[in-house]
This record gives sequence, structure tokens and C-alpha cells, in this order.
Amino acid sequence: MRLYLLGLLALFSSVTAAYTLEQFQFDDPKQTLQFQKLIEELRCLVCQNESLASSQADLAQDLRAEVYEMMQSGKSREEIVDFLVARYGDFVLYDPPLKPATYPLWFGPLLLGILGLLIWVRVIRSKKRAADRELSEAERQRLQELLQDADGDGKQA
Amino acid sequence: MIPELGHFSLVLALALALIQATVPLIGSFIQRVPWMRQARALAWGQLLFSLIAMGCLLQAFLTDDFSVVYVATNSNSLLPEIYKVSALWGAHEGSLLLWATLLAAWGAAVATFSRNLPLPVVARVLSVMGMVGIGFLLFMLLTSNPFERIFPMPREGRDLNPLLQDPGLALHPPMLYMGYVGFSVAFAFAIAALIGGKLDAAWARWSRPWTTVAWIFLTLGIVLGSWWAYYELGWGGWWFWDPVENASFMPWLAGTALVHSLAVTEKRGAFKSWTVLLALFAFSLSLLGTFLVRSGVLTSVHAFATDPARGTFILVFLCVVIGGSLALYAWRAPAVSGGGRFELLSRESVLLANNLLLSLFTALVLFGTLAPLIYEAMGWGKISVGFPWFNTMFVATMPFLAFLLGVGPLTRWKQDEGERLVKLLWPAFLGASIAAVFGGIFTPLESEHWFLIPLGLGLAVWILIAHMLAIWDRLKHKSGLGALFRDFAGGGRSFYGMVIAHLGVAVFIVGVTLVSHFGIERDVRMSPGDVQEESGYQFHFLGVENHRGPNYMAARGHFQVTRDGELVAELWPEKRSYFTSAKPMTEAAIDWGFLRDLYVSLGEPVGDGDWAVRLYYKPFVRWIWLGGLLMALGGLITLTDRRYRVLAKSAGKRTT
Repeated sequence: MRLYLLGLLALFSSVTAAYTLEQFQFDDPKQTLQFQKLIEELRCLVCQNESLASSQADLAQDLRAEVYEMMQSGKSREEIVDFLVARYGDFVLYDPPLKPATYPLWFGPLLLGILGLLIWVRVIRSKKRAADRELSEAERQRLQELLQDADGDGKQA
Repeated sequence: MIPELGHFSLVLALALALIQATVPLIGSFIQRVPWMRQARALAWGQLLFSLIAMGCLLQAFLTDDFSVVYVATNSNSLLPEIYKVSALWGAHEGSLLLWATLLAAWGAAVATFSRNLPLPVVARVLSVMGMVGIGFLLFMLLTSNPFERIFPMPREGRDLNPLLQDPGLALHPPMLYMGYVGFSVAFAFAIAALIGGKLDAAWARWSRPWTTVAWIFLTLGIVLGSWWAYYELGWGGWWFWDPVENASFMPWLAGTALVHSLAVTEKRGAFKSWTVLLALFAFSLSLLGTFLVRSGVLTSVHAFATDPARGTFILVFLCVVIGGSLALYAWRAPAVSGGGRFELLSRESVLLANNLLLSLFTALVLFGTLAPLIYEAMGWGKISVGFPWFNTMFVATMPFLAFLLGVGPLTRWKQDEGERLVKLLWPAFLGASIAAVFGGIFTPLESEHWFLIPLGLGLAVWILIAHMLAIWDRLKHKSGLGALFRDFAGGGRSFYGMVIAHLGVAVFIVGVTLVSHFGIERDVRMSPGDVQEESGYQFHFLGVENHRGPNYMAARGHFQVTRDGELVAELWPEKRSYFTSAKPMTEAAIDWGFLRDLYVSLGEPVGDGDWAVRLYYKPFVRWIWLGGLLMALGGLITLTDRRYRVLAKSAGKRTT
């Protein structure tokens, strides 16, 4: 019984400090969605890869409240993000902003994609010209031997 | 005493691995049959001693031997037995032991099922696997010994991380590791072929079933992990592009490309050097994945080891394996290129595009995962690359793959006519358009990604109808359902396996599209007796009571969900406080359904007996995992294809 009470105590002392699902009331349901989306895209800086929306850390709670206050006072999404970036750096944003330092991150994939396309075109071109080289009879025989393939029809998609 | 036995077994396994890595290999060059013959016995020996080590560690867990550091840090006398077993691989040292044991098991499997392979090939394959084994055993013995003792012995263990005390996570690592380690077989076959200079269709046929098996396990492992994250972490998500998730996804992507590329190599003798390269990459990414998680270089929920000595070993090991295999590739691969002619419109061409897209996306995931590290190391500032970036990249590349998925199975090898394809595929195009329009009607206009719903539904229907057409095209000269069954029972397993795996992709797309855009999440404050209405369901909150588990205390909420006055489900979400952990754990309660999940997670008491509660309505969320399971099932069916059965039979004849 004592263990039971101790457990309860532990439970409540730890949870009263941690509010995960506070009530943030907005007049406009649209704002609620905006708020939800925004805190999902912000990183809890002291956690291991958790968003402000899902974290229970003290810092996350403070920041959630702060974002809420800012939204209530009519600040736009950009203003809030700028404020947080000024304070914590780009690390706070799960969606890396587009700026010279992140060009590789955003345009690198595009270059890679173009490279892939070029490879595809090149291979197709060379293969169109390539001699039609089926397995030679000797090779085919060797394959059969190696595989001990009794029926050897090899018919499948 | 028993932990020491385990320790010695590891040393013995290492000794055997050293012999296995050298003697058969040398034997294959100087053509000494007895030397090559050693390989099989050595592989079995490695498995034996790895299993003994596993058994010793298990014994330490089951008897609460807290004089073993690993047990003391990952178990507790109150821990339920089942989790004492899974705690074996619950942290760094033990998971390495599991890795090494599974590697030995794959080696023994190769030794057993390779009766019809030429002896030099078997010898080389097992030698390469022995080399990988050396790496892991040395890593364990030098930096991460699971049998290390502590004195004085602590009276109680620190307990297994409560997040891991769950059946889903007990199974997840072995599945995932079976996949990771399984790619070592494809890797070993590739290296053996490079060494021998024989990259032929026979090589592709040998390594194909092994690759498929590994791919199946990896698929199941990822599905399990995602499902676990969904119900255990309590935020209703199933994928976060967390570095650790990416670490398992990259080998999967490369492995998927490999499975397709192997098909071309086996059928047409083309893409040989590319297939080899993919085999090298799939395993390299598996290693990278294992170590990214273990080295602690990444900040993520899963990383539980931070130690520079380990980091250095890992770096050197990765360099040797990846650098060494690529060097060998650069040296030998040009000698084995080749393959036949094919046209722009041909199955080869579509599969090439498939491979390039999968490789491109693998590269992007790798880049996005490592970018924060690169930026920090180069002093370019600290950045986060999170789900918005990955989602953008996913949406920019994968729809093309899904489109090709509909075209590929209907396209002929070597050369096809556009006209024929259009004639065949128009019903799929029509169906996809109708689905897209239908999706568009239900898309809320203010939705930011309005085009994704029509796109997703359209592509899913496209894949579905295209594969129905592929079956029809295949059987058009026969008639009736009987023909379908006869074909399935006969030589068509490989084809039908492919169809089922591809339909899994369609099912997955439907799940992802619908749950991402129509899923609802609400945070509410409820007092006992309150009712909340959500998507036609009424959530009645009856209250919270205390509940005692084996090693935790819980506040357990009670909800009744009704619809039109009828009881749909009773849900008991919990807030658990483990005796050994300060952080409370959320146990969500889920009423699962084929078309929707109702998900309740209990938040915090907010005063006056009220509780903060999170309610989710998740339409079609099960389809995400169902899709993954179908992919795995498809893989399994291809393994029963006649050509493998024929192989097995002829192998049986030989041994008797």
C-alpha cells in the first residue's frame, strides 16, 4: 500500500509540472489549425527531435505559451517565426528556410534529379545502339549446368 | 561464471570468423578443395558460439544477475519476464550481439542452402561474411562487451527504458536486423562475384532469393516500428523522418531498387555492374544505419549510445567496408559490364527509371539526414531538416515512381510499341482520372496541399487497374477464374507476388493520402461525465482511476465511444509512471478499424478533476501498414516460384 501511494505521489508530482495538452482557446477555429500547424513545425530545442506540439519539456511549454500569446496579439506567422529564429537560430525550424546557406539543401536535390535524368537518357541512347547480345549458346549451357534447372522454361514476369 | 562463458564464446566466434574470412578464400584461389570445404563448418561454428553467448546473456537477464553491467542498466527484478528477454537487444551492446548472431545465422543458412552452388562461390561468399563478422565481434569485444562485470554488484537494476517495454518493440529490432544483416548475403555474393570476375545471370539468380528474404524482413521491421511509434509514442504519428527511421528506410529503398535490378540482370543479363553497386550500397547503408543509431552522432529519440571510442571504431569499420568494396568494384566492375540492346519503350527502360528514382530518393534521404551534421561540422550554422523538407522531396519524386509502377508490368522486354501500351492502359488512365476528380470534390479548398488528394487517389487507382490489366493481358488467351488459379499454382508465382507487392503500394498510398488530409486531432479539456463529438462519434469520459501494473503505477482513463446511441468501443488510455523512471509514459487507447481508428490519449490533470485529453480520428490509417504487409507478402510469394522450388529439389537430389 505504501508503495502504491508513493507511486501515485510520483505520478502526480511529475505530471503537474508537465502540461502537454494545454487548452489554447482561439476565437476562430482557423487560428486553432494555424497554431497547431505552427507548433508542429517548430523544434523543441532541448528535446531529442520532438516538435513543440508533442514535447512535454518545460521549454516547450513556455514556447507554446509564447507562440500562443503572439498569435493572440495579432502577429503573423512570419513575425512569430522571425522572432524565434532571431532568438534560437534556424535550428528551431523543421522546415529549413530558403537562403544562401541552405541553397545546397534545396537546389542540390534538383541537380541530383537532373543528373539522374541525364544518366537515364545516356543509358537508353547507348543501349539502343548496343549490339543485341543475348546469352550465347555456350553461356546458356553453362547457366543451365550451374543452376541444375530441370525444366528450364524460366517463364515468369 | 556463466557471463564469462559467454565472453569466451564471443572470443571463439571471433577466432572462427578469422579463419572463415581467410582459409576458404585463399583455398578458392589456390584451388584447394579441403580449404574451401571448411567454410560451411566454420559458418555453423560461428552460429553455435554466437548462440551460446546469447544464451549466457539471456541467463543473466532471467536470473537478475546485476553484476553484469548490461543487465544492471537494462533490467530490473520487477521487469516482466517477456521484457527481460527482449531487453537482450534493448540497448547498444546487446543489439550488437543480436546483429552478430543473426549474421552467423544467415551464414549458416547460406552454408545449408547452397548445395548446388560451385564450391569456390560458396567459399568466397562465406569468407566475405566472415569478414563482416570479424568487424562486429571485434567491435563488441573491444568497445562494447555485453558481459562486462561491475563490482560491487548493485542491488537493483536500472530497468529497461519504459518506451521499449512493449510487444511491438520487442519484435521490431530482430526483424529490422534480419533485414539489415540479410543484405550482407547480397553484399557477399556481389563481392564474391567481383573477386571471381563472374557476374552472370547465374549469379543474379543465386543472390535474388536471399535479397528478397532480407527485403521482406526489413519491410516487416519498418512496418512494426512505424506501428509501434503510432500507438506507443502517443502523438498519433506514424513517421517523423527521424534520423533513426531514415536509417532503416535508406537500406530499404536501396534494397527495393536492388530487387528490381536483379530481376533485369537475371532475365536479360543487363544492368550487371549497376546491380552489384546496388548490392554494395544496400549493405553499406544497413551498416551506416546500424551505426548512425549507435554512435550517438545524431540527436534523436532512439540514440542510446554516446562514446567517442565507439565512434572511431565505427568510422574505421565503415571506411574499410564501404571504401574497400567500392575500390574492388572500381577495379573489377568494368570487366563484367554488358547486356543486351533495349529501346526507350521497354521494360528495361522503365526499370532503369525505377532504379534511378529509388536511388535518387535514397540519396536525398541520406543527404537530408546528414545535412545538419555537415552544416555543423563546416561551421555553417545549426539547422534542422525535418519532415517538411522530406515530405517535399517525397512528393517531388515518388509520384513518378508510382506512375511507372502502373506502366512497368505491362511493358515488354527489349522493345514495345506506344500504341499497344495506350490501348492496354486507357482504362487505368480513365479510372485514375475519375478517382482524382472524386478526390478533388472532397478536398477542402483552403487546404494547403489541395493537389495531393487527387494525386494520391488517382495514382492508387492507376496502379490497381494497371495490375488488373496486367493479369488480364497475361491470361487473355485463357478464360475463367480457373485459369488464374492454375497459373498461380503453376509457374506464375513470381508474377503474382509482384502484383500483390505492387498493390501494397497502392494500399499504402491510399492510407497515407487519406489519413494525412482527413485525419482529425483535437485537444480538449474534459471532466468526468463530459461528452465530445468528433466525426459522428461521441466520446464519453467516465473518469480516471488508479491502476497498478507490475512495475508501474498508472492513471487509467475510461471512455465510452458511441455512434447513433450505440456503443462502439470502450477505451482505457493510461498515463504510466514507471517506478524507475521520472518521465511519465502515455499509453494511448485505440479502437482500430479497417476504415478508421479512434485514438484517445490521456494528457494531464488540469485541476478540479478535469483532464486534458487528445482525441484523434484517423481514417484509413491501417492501410499504411496493410500496404507494407502486402509488399512483404508479395515478396514471400515470389519466393515460392517454381524456379526456386526446382532449385531446392535438385539440391535435395544432390545431397542424397
